[in-house]
Amino acid sequence: MRTILFIIRKETLQVLRDRIMLVQIFVPPVLQLLILAQAMTFEVKHTDLALVDLDRSPASERLVERFTASGRFEVAVWTPSGDVADEALLTREASAVLRIPEGFERDLRRGQPPAVQLVLNAEDGAAAGVRQAYAAQILAAFTQAEAAGPIGASMRAATDARPGVAIQTRTLYNPEGAYLAYMAIGLLASLVTLVGILLTSQNIAREKEIGTLEQLNVTPITKRQFIVGKLAPFWVLGLIELTVGLLVIRLVFGIPFAGPVALVYLGAGVYLFAALGLGLLISTAVQTQQQAQFLTFFVLVTFFFLGGIFTPVQSMPGWAQTVAEFNPIKHFAALLRAVLIKGGGFGDVVGGIGAMAAFAVVVLTLALLRYRKTAA
Amino acid sequence: MTDAPASVQVNGLVKRYDEAVALDGVSLAVEPGELFGVIGPDGAGKSTLFRILVTVILPDAGAASVDGLDVVDDYLEIRRRVGYMPGRFSLYPDLTVRENLEFFASVFGTSVEAEYDVIAPIYSQIEPFDDRRAGALSGGMKQKLALSCALVHRPRVLILDEPTTGVDAVSRAEFWDMLGELKRGGLTTLVSTPYMDEAARCDRIALLQTGRLLRAPDTPEAVARSFRAPLVRVRATGERAALLGTLRALDGVARAEVFGEWVHVTGAGEDAGALALRMQRALEGQGWSEVVAEPVAPSVEDVFMALMSDPDPTAEVNHG
Repeated sequence: MRTILFIIRKETLQVLRDRIMLVQIFVPPVLQLLILAQAMTFEVKHTDLALVDLDRSPASERLVERFTASGRFEVAVWTPSGDVADEALLTREASAVLRIPEGFERDLRRGQPPAVQLVLNAEDGAAAGVRQAYAAQILAAFTQAEAAGPIGASMRAATDARPGVAIQTRTLYNPEGAYLAYMAIGLLASLVTLVGILLTSQNIAREKEIGTLEQLNVTPITKRQFIVGKLAPFWVLGLIELTVGLLVIRLVFGIPFAGPVALVYLGAGVYLFAALGLGLLISTAVQTQQQAQFLTFFVLVTFFFLGGIFTPVQSMPGWAQTVAEFNPIKHFAALLRAVLIKGGGFGDVVGGIGAMAAFAVVVLTLALLRYRKTAA
Repeated sequence: MTDAPASVQVNGLVKRYDEAVALDGVSLAVEPGELFGVIGPDGAGKSTLFRILVTVILPDAGAASVDGLDVVDDYLEIRRRVGYMPGRFSLYPDLTVRENLEFFASVFGTSVEAEYDVIAPIYSQIEPFDDRRAGALSGGMKQKLALSCALVHRPRVLILDEPTTGVDAVSRAEFWDMLGELKRGGLTTLVSTPYMDEAARCDRIALLQTGRLLRAPDTPEAVARSFRAPLVRVRATGERAALLGTLRALDGVARAEVFGEWVHVTGAGEDAGALALRMQRALEGQGWSEVVAEPVAPSVEDVFMALMSDPDPTAEVNHG
């Protein structure tokens, strides 16, 4: 036990001594959080619309007004010709075509679902999806407003017999539909991971590179003491990194925390064992710091993209969704969002914590076994 | 061989790396209190031998013990009893002199204060630089620090892998003086070096080449005396390679090797005086100027060169 403390003291001394490294641990991640969280968004602020209004009725005008009043759509091409509208889509003059058929108001009055057509340029699939969602929201709001408006009476009379199903969309937990909180928390999860894995894999690779590992191997230090002594300082550093990130999110972005922050630390404490264990495992496979950087980079990118930090796991193919269940960063990001945005309690995150703990046990065991093997 | 058990005992040690054989059946014994040198060029297998003895790698065949403990079965206890300096400087460059020393003392469960008397002869020389980072020390000072760190837990056996490689001549001499001092304190030391001239500072030496001992370990004097052929050193103005070529082409020259500013010529079947005279005349006859050719006492290096080209048939005998 005392030996572990001596190793921790040595590591702490080295971390504190390397000023450049200290700055690197904290400054770039905070800058990244500040810049990227605001730059990365799924929000589509502006859509040029090609409008084909074949009805030219007060109702169709009210619908168009609703689109433009949302601030997200602007009519760039106004034409009665479907061909011209399609052409506008091809030349990128418009990124969506809204086609209001003849008899739009009449159908509406009769309580029949109005057959409005929205054609989207889906070169950028994500943006197209977002536009579609916006349009759907506008259409839903339009239908509701119409029901309460001048033609509402006739609509109700027509649909009384068979009330239509009205889909009502409400964005819970993130009422403004803002992506800032979503992105900031995803970035926080990735930054804590990056610092944890990189510090560990680099640090031990460095001991190999400068030959001190061989010197340590000729001391009575056991593998277990070595690993615990190495990981403890980085575990603390990871939590400090998390704290700095949380402060930025809370104080700079002004995002309130909905759930108990203690739960976040519990989750992060468990998660860091998984991340540091992964770094340790990487360090067993390399001889130099450069190799460690390379391998860490590939591992990180894979874990990030299969972890659903920035893209929903639900939209991945089935096999990838299965893989994601074993990805600790997926559970960590989910935990952060569940607690901070949604205000979830222990019951909501205990499964994720269990998954992260299982990953940590597996990866640390592997690292320990591999260390024994390489030393023989 | 002796009543007291050997401090280091090596019997038929073999270590292979894939295809290459690093150690090919090495046997030797280091007596307690001895300063034992393993002499050999790069790639001879010195580091492999030492790394097996300090339990960082396992042998493929053979057995070895340090302070009576088996290197495979008792590796943890050996690590407490052995002080090791790897060939490369391997302390923390970002920690200070004092911090390095204290760290290594602490992991052995002791402190610099408690062991001060052991390390004092060496450590006192670098103590004024206590707060300097190890990475900022000169080569000679780094070695003193590394030696202090290797001594700080009072090892029973000191194992030093090429401690003087890459160090200036003055620091090398100083380092051997320190080893001499430690020896007077009764410490058993096993040291390797590629410098033949350092052999004379050891009690006994083993000559290692491509994983085998060239001859049975003996005192440097006895090793040098074992060279029985006539030996002459030759010098002349002109290109060294041409001189070497000329000498090798002469009758009765078994070998000619560059030794610093001289060429050592080994003859056969005549005494050294006659050989010297013959070389002198032959070179002058071929137009070389300022020719000096004189008999010289054989050194360990002469023996090494001779054994490399003509191995001693008794060298393979197990003398463990």
